Amino acid sequence: MSAKIEYKPKEIRVYLSGEIDHHSASLIRASIDDAIIHKHPALLVLDFSAVTFMDSSGIGLVMGRYKLMKTVQGRIRVENLSPGAYKVMVLAGLEKLGEIKQKEVV
Amino acid sequence: MDIINELKLTMDSRSINEGFSRVAVSSFIACTDPNIEELTDIKTAVSEAVTNAIVHGYKEKCGKIYITVSIFENNIIRIKIRDKGVGIADIEKAMEPLYTTAGEERAGLGFAVMESFMDKVRVASKPDTGTTVTMEKRIWGKRL
Repeated sequence: MSAKIEYKPKEIRVYLSGEIDHHSASLIRASIDDAIIHKHPALLVLDFSAVTFMDSSGIGLVMGRYKLMKTVQGRIRVENLSPGAYKVMVLAGLEKLGEIKQKEVV
Repeated sequence: MDIINELKLTMDSRSINEGFSRVAVSSFIACTDPNIEELTDIKTAVSEAVTNAIVHGYKEKCGKIYITVSIFENNIIRIKIRDKGVGIADIEKAMEPLYTTAGEERAGLGFAVMESFMDKVRVASKPDTGTTVTMEKRIWGKRL
């Protein structure tokens, strides 16, 4: 699991890759939170295109960042979820909470 | 119903083994010819149960996790994940969606994921003795 963070004006994009579970989520959380706290972006985008597996730790990861973004008056968007990861997000009702988008089928 | 193939696996309750346990179970059941969705469902359910054993059963201390995967004649897979950790006093409460004792970053949806991704989930637990989660799923593969 890795997270590549890209800074744009008022926006932070995080490209997540690999497997998101309890083990890996704890490793990448801190770097994303640091970026939010220092930059106060209006929008945080979590890009899941390169995520190959996700369990409910992914829900905790998104929910935790959602709460933090609220404290800096920002929004969160989750992009390019695989069908499996999207199924886990929907189970948690996260699609009601913000912008949660599946990978477009080509 | 007869068991036609079985795997027993014992591993340390270290979080780094979460990925290994998913891959081990999914490789073993590959012979039942599951489709991608079934395989993802099983990997996710195993990940939740193993994480529970690590986070709750052993409270991040190191113990052993015992995994048994049985494949039955009719393509039903049974996965048993057992720990000898602290156990659960109130199983009903523990299985409630969003209930967690592990703080903010855990969503409290482990059992909800297991129940929604598998056909059957049973939990047996006794305080100070440990917890056994037994899950079953029928593999339909391409027939679905």
